[in-house]
Amino acid sequence: MFGYLLKRMIQMSLVLWVVSVIVFLMMSFTGDPVFMVVPIDATDAEIAQARRILGLDQSVLVQYWRFISSLVQGDFGNSYVFRQPALKLILERLPATVEMVLVAMALALVVAIPLGVYAGANPNSRISRIIMAGSLLGISLPGFWVGMVLIFLFAVHWGIFPSSGRGDTVEIFGLRISLLTADGWRHIILPALTLSLATMAILLRMTRAGMMEVGRQDFMKFARAKGATRRDVLYKHGLKNALIPVITIFGLQLGDLIAFATITETIFSWPGMGKLLIDSIYRADRPVIVVYLMLVALIFVVINFLVDIVYTLIDPRIALK
Amino acid sequence: MTAFFQSEFFYNYRRSSSAMIGSALMASFALAVLVGPFLVSQNPYDIAALDLMDSYKPPFWLEGGDPRFWLGTDGQGRDVWASILYGARISLFIGLVAMVASCAIGTLLGLVAGFYGGLVDSVIMRIADIQLSFPSILIALFLMSAVGTGIDKVLIALTAVGWVVYARTVRGSTLSEIEKEYVQAARVAGLPNSKIIRKHVLPNVLTPLIVIATIQVGTFVLIEASLSFLGVGVPITQPSLGLLIKNGFDVLFSGLWWTSVFPGVAIMMLVFGINLFGDFLRDELNPRLK
Repeated sequence: MFGYLLKRMIQMSLVLWVVSVIVFLMMSFTGDPVFMVVPIDATDAEIAQARRILGLDQSVLVQYWRFISSLVQGDFGNSYVFRQPALKLILERLPATVEMVLVAMALALVVAIPLGVYAGANPNSRISRIIMAGSLLGISLPGFWVGMVLIFLFAVHWGIFPSSGRGDTVEIFGLRISLLTADGWRHIILPALTLSLATMAILLRMTRAGMMEVGRQDFMKFARAKGATRRDVLYKHGLKNALIPVITIFGLQLGDLIAFATITETIFSWPGMGKLLIDSIYRADRPVIVVYLMLVALIFVVINFLVDIVYTLIDPRIALK
Repeated sequence: MTAFFQSEFFYNYRRSSSAMIGSALMASFALAVLVGPFLVSQNPYDIAALDLMDSYKPPFWLEGGDPRFWLGTDGQGRDVWASILYGARISLFIGLVAMVASCAIGTLLGLVAGFYGGLVDSVIMRIADIQLSFPSILIALFLMSAVGTGIDKVLIALTAVGWVVYARTVRGSTLSEIEKEYVQAARVAGLPNSKIIRKHVLPNVLTPLIVIATIQVGTFVLIEASLSFLGVGVPITQPSLGLLIKNGFDVLFSGLWWTSVFPGVAIMMLVFGINLFGDFLRDELNPRLK
């Protein structure tokens, strides 16, 4: 077990290192950030000075060394736009994104699992066909467009929910949480729903496929034969085994949700780190982009690791190696 | 040809309503993309054909609608229907070309990795592993933010995220194919590796790619639309369906919904058709389900 953990830690650091190299290379070969810092009418001398301050006059290797050594110390430099530490900017907005992703994931699970179990247990019923067509539609819809339509219907047309922002927040341990206020819930419901649709559809299809696979196996027949109720057969015997592939997808989907949150946050002006990323891309605010990518890479690597651990807990037949 | 119409594949196709609907949607898009622009009277990107007096006309069934523009017009007096026909061309072109490029590169790398093994295999597959642990939309977004907008750049970004799935699948099937007797026989006969790969391995690893390629066109259309919506995709002079939605989004709060809603419906129908047909293909071509 310890050997396994050590091996995974080394692997994870390796992945993060590769990501840091790629991020650095892409950033240094594209565009010149110096023009984001100096005023439009800056003289050549001022530009040269700004370049020196940013360290852009050094060779690529020196720049990478400075980049990676300050990265390891948690110093990502100041945002060119906000003149504040980039890490602080991202971390301030992290709770808003996490909140939305969690609500979206919860929504997806609550809808997808029961419908998937039903469609898997009754593959030929009319309702199952409707569920499956609906899930295929969910995969085929552009998420941002769904968000727009929801804004138009619920915010512009009917005025039931607000169209943008995060609403009232409560501060707990220095984190601003909006899930504890009614206003916060009113604000989160549309973006979270938008974000969850694709994940909902994919989890539903996975659950259904898993249930159909499991349904053919002997232990399901035995469970029925011993007189277990239909509900017990489906949920206790069936679902538990059908969930194994769903867990992997769940991990991947969590990553996808974080990625797609950038788009959802942009539509709903949700003050999370995804919106900050898009704004920073427009403004070529490199330090913020770098922090976002490294943080997200870290999150993904950790999610993948946790998925592998959860795997072994659910299915004892799989051993860590 | 008659053999095809009598085949089990065609029989199942006729009986599957989702396959029929899916292919009908795909066919109508192909038709719309090919001949559509010749059917509309207005070229939406010819400034001379636009009249600002026609701006923001609602669809014809609403009050103030104009029968000339049955889905309404945008701020420049552009016919939404004509814009969709032109935009679908760009969206579908990007989806198809990026799919073909991803498929070619991914298949080549997968064949090489599976056939030769060793260091080449490790390097290719480690890159694939790392890439697969990140969502494609994020990788594409990052690449686009680094290289700037343009159709060619979107194609590069999509290909960069798309090759992995082919490489993995082809490598897997190559590994099992090269163990088989016909490949052994080809080796004994002294054929050069390049010929064994091309003539013997390649044709036998292609089938699973058909499903992946079909679905991928839809995925690419959606990713491209998302990128363009965020403003890092196609340029304004060549608007895809995604960019049309973005332009419409800017006026959505004024209640002018038709400029953004209809292009979205178009994307949905296209991708839904592709996915329906792809699902049918997956069931048909997967021997384990039979």
